[in-house]
Amino acid sequence: MSGTDDITQFEEELPLQPLPLDAWHRAKAARMVGFAGYHMPIQYEGIMAEHGWTREHAGLFDVSHMGQLTFTGDGVDDALEHLLPSDIRGLKPFRQRYSMLLDEDGGILDDLMVSRLGDGAFDDAAIYMVVNGATKYDDIGWMIEHLPDEVVMNHMDEQALLALQGPEAGDALASLIPGTADLLFMQSGRFVWRGVTLWISRSGYTGEDGFEISVPGEDAALLADALCALPQVKPIGLGARDSLRLEAGLPLYGHDLTPAVGTIGADLGFAIQKRRREEGGFIGHARVMKELADGPGSKRVGLAIEGRVPAREGARIFAGDVLVGTVTSGGFAPTVGAPIAMGWVSLPHAGPGEALEIEVRGRRIIATVAPMPFVPHRYRRKA
Amino acid sequence: MSRYFTDEHEWIDVEGEIATVGITDYAQEQLGDIVFVELPAEGASFEKGDDAAVVESVKAASDVYAPISGEVVESNSALEDEPALVNSDAEEDGWFFKLRIADASELEGLMNEAAYKKFVASL
Repeated sequence: MSGTDDITQFEEELPLQPLPLDAWHRAKAARMVGFAGYHMPIQYEGIMAEHGWTREHAGLFDVSHMGQLTFTGDGVDDALEHLLPSDIRGLKPFRQRYSMLLDEDGGILDDLMVSRLGDGAFDDAAIYMVVNGATKYDDIGWMIEHLPDEVVMNHMDEQALLALQGPEAGDALASLIPGTADLLFMQSGRFVWRGVTLWISRSGYTGEDGFEISVPGEDAALLADALCALPQVKPIGLGARDSLRLEAGLPLYGHDLTPAVGTIGADLGFAIQKRRREEGGFIGHARVMKELADGPGSKRVGLAIEGRVPAREGARIFAGDVLVGTVTSGGFAPTVGAPIAMGWVSLPHAGPGEALEIEVRGRRIIATVAPMPFVPHRYRRKA
Repeated sequence: MSRYFTDEHEWIDVEGEIATVGITDYAQEQLGDIVFVELPAEGASFEKGDDAAVVESVKAASDVYAPISGEVVESNSALEDEPALVNSDAEEDGWFFKLRIADASELEGLMNEAAYKKFVASL
């Protein structure tokens, strides 16, 4: 048989670098693969079991491949409002927002999280940003080119990032760090645990309640051990991270989002607040306004699939004989119990309930445009 | 009955002119949770090396090749309802299809169990 590895889509060019928890994963018998230039765990006991554990308890993900950046200096807010379509001036301390980097044509260069720091975190920097691992060096280059000299960007490449996700994540983390219980979705704060300074936000990439924890690389194993010693917590690999985020309807950069697509077609208009749409002043504004006025040519949609045959990335989507789109992410959804997909479909065929067909190995399978998320989000929005 | 193995991680049980084909325990372990198996229709005819079946794990689809030439006489319908049988019992109840062997000489050069074990250990 071919493709004995189910991880070919994670493979990148060599040589791969180790992350701070490399030995920790190997000691837990993780299967390691290349992803975003690093050795990373794709699974421990199996994707289905890890996916289910995260939906029922709490999963610990190592996402240290992601780029963690800080920004300081005079005019930092204005400079970032030039780079990002989101409201930065109105971003309060300890608050986080989802945003994107756009190119001159309004194409998406990356999606990211941006927060206003406080409490002296990260050497009194003003803004903290987390960008995708596979794109971080391109992002850094792009931002260096577009930031004024007064703004200093620091890439914290020795900082690890852990995500604790699931309905029991709140209780689990509070048992180690009581103050985290007060955080709500998209809030963050500086915490000290056993003398280690952590920056923790209540956010994630699974649709569940949970946290993302920035920790110095040298302390990451200590924290990961303490978390995994809790009865609610098990380590979870990249495989389940992908199936969880797909069920949550969250796009994956490089697959569902690329420089070829714009924010409105991507259904990410929520990241561009009213003032920013009206005032503009950010790279890519013209495309946002055009897509809002005329409608995007095609849209990112969810696809519910009939039967058991999964539709994978690259599969073509038809309405009758007409090619109307392409699958950009797809696979079996463990919590749904059926295959699901995300894809880009031309606007006239992108409405909820639209009956479509997807070509898999020369045959057609039946798919319906479905509202996302496929599994309801369970964020903790109020106490 | 003799059991043969290929370097594509398939096993072949030969009984008279009928060969039963499946994937090895090592292969299912590498694939992870299997969610769908597409099997060939009865009467389909394959040359050695043709795509004969597809096995879908949570993450990806993989082709299963016909390890020898022949005509499909039966597919394992149990896998339609329970694809995870390939994970739990790859080398017995999780078989894929049975072929009427077209050319028994194609079995020459395939590995026996000891040789396959050695091959896997070398990977």
